[in-house]
Amino acid sequence: MSSHNHNHVHTVADDIKEKTFQDVSLCYQCGKCSAGCPVRYYMDIAPNKIVRLIQLGFYDEALKSETPWLCAGCMTCSTRCPQEFDLAKFMDAVRELALEKGVKVNKNHIVKFHESFLNQIKRFGRSWEIGLIAEYKLKTLDLMQDVDSAPDMLIKGKLEMIPHKVKDKKSVKNIFSRTAKK
Amino acid sequence: MKLGYFPGCSQTGTAKEYDISLRKVVEKLGASFDEIQDWTCCGATSAHVTNHLLANSLSMRNIALAEQQGLDDIVAPCAACYNRLVLSQHEIQTQPELKREVELVLDKKLGKEIKVMNLIELFIKIGLDKISENKKTELKNLKVACYYGCLLVRPAAITHFDDAEQPTSMESIVELTGAKPVDWNYKVECCGAAHTLARRDIVLDLSKKILDDAKEHGANVMVVACPMCHSNLDMRQRAMKREYPDHKDFPVLYLTELLGLALGMDEKELGINKHTVEFKYNELPADKAAV
Amino acid sequence: MKIGVFICHCGENIGRTVDCPRVAKACEWLPGVEVSLDYKYMCSDPGQNMIKDEIKKKKLDAIVVGSCSPHMHEKTFRKAAVDAGINPFLVEIANLREHCSWVHDDIDSATDKAIDLVRMAIEKVKRNQPLTTIEVPVTKRTLVIGGGIAGIQAALDVANAGYEVVLVEKEPSIGGHMSQLSETFPTLDCSQCILTPRMVEVYQHPRIKLMTYSEVEKVEGFIGNFNVTIRKKARHIDEDKCTGCGLCITKCPTKKKAFNSFEENLAYRPAVYVPFPQAVPNIPVIDETVCMYYKNGKCGMCVKVCGREAINFDQKDTMVTEEVGAIIVATGYKLYKIDKKPDDSPIKGYGEYGYGKYKDVVDGLQFERIASASGPTSGEFKRPSDGKEPKKIVFIQCVGSRDESKGFSYCSKICCMYTAKHAMLYKHKVHDGEAYVFYMDIRSGGKMYDEFVRRAIEEDGVKYIRGRVSKISEKDGKYIVKGEDTIAGMPVEIDADMVVLATAMIAQQDASELAQTIGIPYDKYGFYNEAHPKLRPIESTTGGVFLAGACQSPKDIPESVAMASAAAAKALVLFGSDKLEREPVVAYVNESLCAGCFYCKKVCPYGAVEVKELKDRNGVVYKEVAYVNTGLCQGCGTCTATCPSKSVELAGFNNEEIFAQIAAL
Repeated sequence: MSSHNHNHVHTVADDIKEKTFQDVSLCYQCGKCSAGCPVRYYMDIAPNKIVRLIQLGFYDEALKSETPWLCAGCMTCSTRCPQEFDLAKFMDAVRELALEKGVKVNKNHIVKFHESFLNQIKRFGRSWEIGLIAEYKLKTLDLMQDVDSAPDMLIKGKLEMIPHKVKDKKSVKNIFSRTAKK
Repeated sequence: MKLGYFPGCSQTGTAKEYDISLRKVVEKLGASFDEIQDWTCCGATSAHVTNHLLANSLSMRNIALAEQQGLDDIVAPCAACYNRLVLSQHEIQTQPELKREVELVLDKKLGKEIKVMNLIELFIKIGLDKISENKKTELKNLKVACYYGCLLVRPAAITHFDDAEQPTSMESIVELTGAKPVDWNYKVECCGAAHTLARRDIVLDLSKKILDDAKEHGANVMVVACPMCHSNLDMRQRAMKREYPDHKDFPVLYLTELLGLALGMDEKELGINKHTVEFKYNELPADKAAV
Repeated sequence: MKIGVFICHCGENIGRTVDCPRVAKACEWLPGVEVSLDYKYMCSDPGQNMIKDEIKKKKLDAIVVGSCSPHMHEKTFRKAAVDAGINPFLVEIANLREHCSWVHDDIDSATDKAIDLVRMAIEKVKRNQPLTTIEVPVTKRTLVIGGGIAGIQAALDVANAGYEVVLVEKEPSIGGHMSQLSETFPTLDCSQCILTPRMVEVYQHPRIKLMTYSEVEKVEGFIGNFNVTIRKKARHIDEDKCTGCGLCITKCPTKKKAFNSFEENLAYRPAVYVPFPQAVPNIPVIDETVCMYYKNGKCGMCVKVCGREAINFDQKDTMVTEEVGAIIVATGYKLYKIDKKPDDSPIKGYGEYGYGKYKDVVDGLQFERIASASGPTSGEFKRPSDGKEPKKIVFIQCVGSRDESKGFSYCSKICCMYTAKHAMLYKHKVHDGEAYVFYMDIRSGGKMYDEFVRRAIEEDGVKYIRGRVSKISEKDGKYIVKGEDTIAGMPVEIDADMVVLATAMIAQQDASELAQTIGIPYDKYGFYNEAHPKLRPIESTTGGVFLAGACQSPKDIPESVAMASAAAAKALVLFGSDKLEREPVVAYVNESLCAGCFYCKKVCPYGAVEVKELKDRNGVVYKEVAYVNTGLCQGCGTCTATCPSKSVELAGFNNEEIFAQIAAL
């Protein structure tokens, strides 16, 4: 047996393995994930191809794709995968890595939505719809969308004018500061 | 019977009627809730898609509070909260490294697993016979498409709840009300969930397909067990009409609202009047085929 | 005792990491060693001659060869020793290749280890006893289990060579799955047309005893001497009286009482039936579970119409014993069904394909019946739900196979070919029809196989899409098939009239039970294990038991037939001599020490331990002791390890020899 003393460079594939406990080599590219993905028609690259890009070492192409951000996390792929590869978890890891590495994702409003959502929780401990909508609209300057449903919700008393706040502010503050990416 | 309760953010806002109807129905069936004090958001989609540790810390803070409060099991009526709380606990229990990290974030020792129940498991726990016993109205004019959405049944290997592809547990509850469940294709398809603000086009497309399939299979109402699904399927119908002019209103009820009607409460009491698409049971055309 | 040590370099295999001259040198001075040499290829003719010469020259009593595994060349070196006048059991092999050079890197420490291995062998060989091979008689009859194409072929080959065969089939007729097929790839000749002549030949053969509707219950004995108990299930029809006129079948009032399993549940059958018109034997069976007579004691229409008085409602199962020398297992396969399975099953079923709730989503065998001229639609393509001709069919490959999650990770091997055949048959009859095949890879190795697939694509216009299907759903009588073309990177949605699933070939439901009855090993999927994956693919590890066809792993017809003929040849090799020689490495009991606890009997995996009564001179039994049947004993040593009084020993591996080996370290 020959000894393995090649210099191993830590790759994105290794990062993903550390985050998800699964090796991308499991995927045999049958495409069942893409076939069942509800958001497939909106993606620039099919989900199975994101795995393929990582398998082959085309990391930049995978990380800057909009596909991981369009993934709705519904787990249909993970449930049906013949190789029991948890693709939903894989997509979480790809998104996290894209943020950590500061990869610029094309025209992505979804990232701004997640930021706005988490900002509400950071501030109040819970989500507050009016705050979320306001912040998201300011970030994206997408002012016209949803003008139709907001008044409806107001009339029906579904939108709270004042956020519900968690009393233990310190613990929420700690959660966010201690989990923040350096 | 007293049960721990994790309402989740939607129950205090866009899904108020879900909270109202849930509490009323549970009370009618002889159970009550002990709400987790000072709970936080579970982090929802936004946390777990961007920051694994944050997502688990937010969820586990609630689990730790529940344990502190002495709760053995908790109800999470929102399918997304349910999914996050179950998955977080599974990860914490199976990954000691992650458990230590979360404990450092929370300044707390994490204890044993707490059973988290979704809406259906809640009624099974209370006892399905209680529903039959307390039934006032036979909802025989309803043909129901039971919509599970994606997160209620997945991942089946961890939630151990119903079949991930062809679930039937909601149907068995709906049947108790005298309503007739229909067999249809989109029971477990995703409605687009968190993309509701950022990619409304996707949500409208997916939600429309779900509603259409229910109609095509003969349903006259859809029943859901998740506030996210409800907001996409009910509230988005107004925009849907603009996008797809041929779209016809289709009522979407929470399972709790359907049960409330069967238990003799009226639409207003249950908050059904807060829906975008109106629903009045007595104004439905009587169905001759249904017995 | 004079011992010779011979160290082989095995070319570079051992020589690269073990310093062979140093090993030979180190052994030279060990007590008892008369000569110690090394050579590049000890197994070669010059190498063997070297051993023979040294034995004669130095008058050696025993030899140790440091070489490859004894599995490879023990026979060679024993033969050389015998030629030079030494008992073959005074030859010990020290495995310097698999146990040493191949698994180490460092030359110095590998050489030290090699020296230790040789020293251990030397200490053992000093204590070895000369043994003589055991001879057992041979019963020149063969049992063939399973009457599909493999069993039929094996039975015919053995019988035509002049030996008697007992062919046992659990169904009422022989023919197996091949009798259900419409046409066969890659020639598209009619399956029944080529099969039925052989079925008839079996029935008419003077040396084949055919037992249908029968199952093997018990197998005792050993190679050359098996004693088999067979349960002949009650047909409720006297086989000797019945002429096969079929009047009972046409007059039976329970016309559509039970699913016709030969038609893969696409049709019904009455309580009294033959599986199909060309059944062999053409004698019906009465199904007790649906027959009215067994429900309420009434009816008896069959009794009234049978002119031969062949109906016998009181008939019971009977047990038959047969003595045979060889067993050929040809029990075939079963097809994966997609319906929901219990949680503890390794098979999960396919919820995304509807768990079998869609009538027009059928499996491969069902499609064979639909395509077959003798099938429920007389060979016209009609879908089960409404009898309409499907204009668009989707075929899905790898259902249950290559699927760790819902079935098995192995490739089912024949599905690529039969799917191409299905699509082709369909296109030949429905000219305006469309056929789509979802595949992951096309595996079409075999004579004229890939050409066949290309023909389906190029000449018949079958559309192949590379990708797995995620979901099948039903809408207005159409089946919406959602897939992804992974080559184009495009989602695909097809509204089909019918879907055919190429589901996996899996082991028979009772495969593991039968394996335990016969005493042969099986793999984690339930397929029977061959003795060596390359060099002994036909034999099981149990002497005298041979394998044929898909019970060993998924196979197509030509492979099953080839394997069946090979199994027949193996049985005939056995019958080539009147006595069998066996390795004398068997257990023996020291009767004076044996306390008669019979723990050894409980643990023996081969049932080789028997109870022996020791009698005094008046014939009175004074003690019961264990006795090892040397014909059955495989020399595994489980009894020796279990015996509390250390009174069972294994010849060639007794305690003294093994302890001496350990002490040498």
